[in-house]
Amino acid sequence: MWPVVLVSSLGCFLLKLTGQSVPQRLLDNPKVRHIAALLPVSLLAALVAVQTFASGQSLVLDARVAGVAAGAVALILRAPFLVVVIVAGVVAAGLRYWGLAA
Amino acid sequence: MTAAATWTEERRSVVRDATGVGIAVGAYGIGFGALSVASGLTFAQTMALSLLMFTGASQFALVGVISAGGGSIAAGLTALLLGVRNTLYGLRMAPVLQVTGFKRAIAAQLTIDETTAMALARDEDAFEGRSARLAFWATGLSVYVFWNLATLIGALGAGALGDPRAFGLDAVIPAAFLALLWPRLKGRDPWAIAIISAVVALALTPFLRPGLPVLAAALVAVIAGLRAGPALAPIASAPRDAQTGAREEDGAAPGGGPA
Repeated sequence: MWPVVLVSSLGCFLLKLTGQSVPQRLLDNPKVRHIAALLPVSLLAALVAVQTFASGQSLVLDARVAGVAAGAVALILRAPFLVVVIVAGVVAAGLRYWGLAA
Repeated sequence: MTAAATWTEERRSVVRDATGVGIAVGAYGIGFGALSVASGLTFAQTMALSLLMFTGASQFALVGVISAGGGSIAAGLTALLLGVRNTLYGLRMAPVLQVTGFKRAIAAQLTIDETTAMALARDEDAFEGRSARLAFWATGLSVYVFWNLATLIGALGAGALGDPRAFGLDAVIPAAFLALLWPRLKGRDPWAIAIISAVVALALTPFLRPGLPVLAAALVAVIAGLRAGPALAPIASAPRDAQTGAREEDGAAPGGGPA
């Protein structure tokens, strides 16, 4: 695991340094800005979906769905981050403990 | 904040805001530290990510993809793609900070959502730019310290917890991503892009190795960005996006994490 930790950390640093170092006009193009701003939305949404429904290469419905749904409710109620993730974990763990979901 | 304020008042307000953001971000740090160790990274690797990578969404993504069996290359690429927006923040911050050499390297490491947002929330011309620069450096120092302290606490805590599935870790990870995504879903376009990306990733899941569907979904952002007309410009401009995040951080419900 060390290579990916170190190489991607270095890569993330170089991405930051590039912005501080290159001439303004080089990257300041509306399309580049659009893509850079939308990438986190795409990636995070895909991560939410895959980590909620995927198990290896199959799609399953298990306790995670209820956990994430409970986390979404907490977000709508403007709960802070730690509350959101704890609610999600407790709901999923509770359903498993009582045998209500896999 | 106002032009009438003296520098002493301005400085106090900047430092107070920076401390507040640092503490708010700490909550994410605890979450990251705990998830990382529970996902199988060692304590040292977890701390290395917070000290060296220091960009929350990328760190969460790396750990999340690995815990889902996605493999190192997919995990690293996802983390890097999430880090691309920091390049644009750097581009925006360079003329504000005007630093070179070693100081520029430090500034680069601290260029994340929170520091950019807090610097741009200040009037760039106020106090000959000192206000915006102080906001960047004070927020950077505060977030760096609190993020790493919080990671340490979370990582130590997770070691004591035992079986990750029993406490719902596999539901905690997507919930954490949802919390990182939430403050970015302002308006119709981000929602549409989020939903399409989620559908694309799920549709590809049976056909691709774990980790790759998420990378493929990044193409949705690329296509949407290339096709975007001027209507999309407000949501897509990094400073505006970051400022929205800052207001979230300022209030009771922190929004972004060092994302």
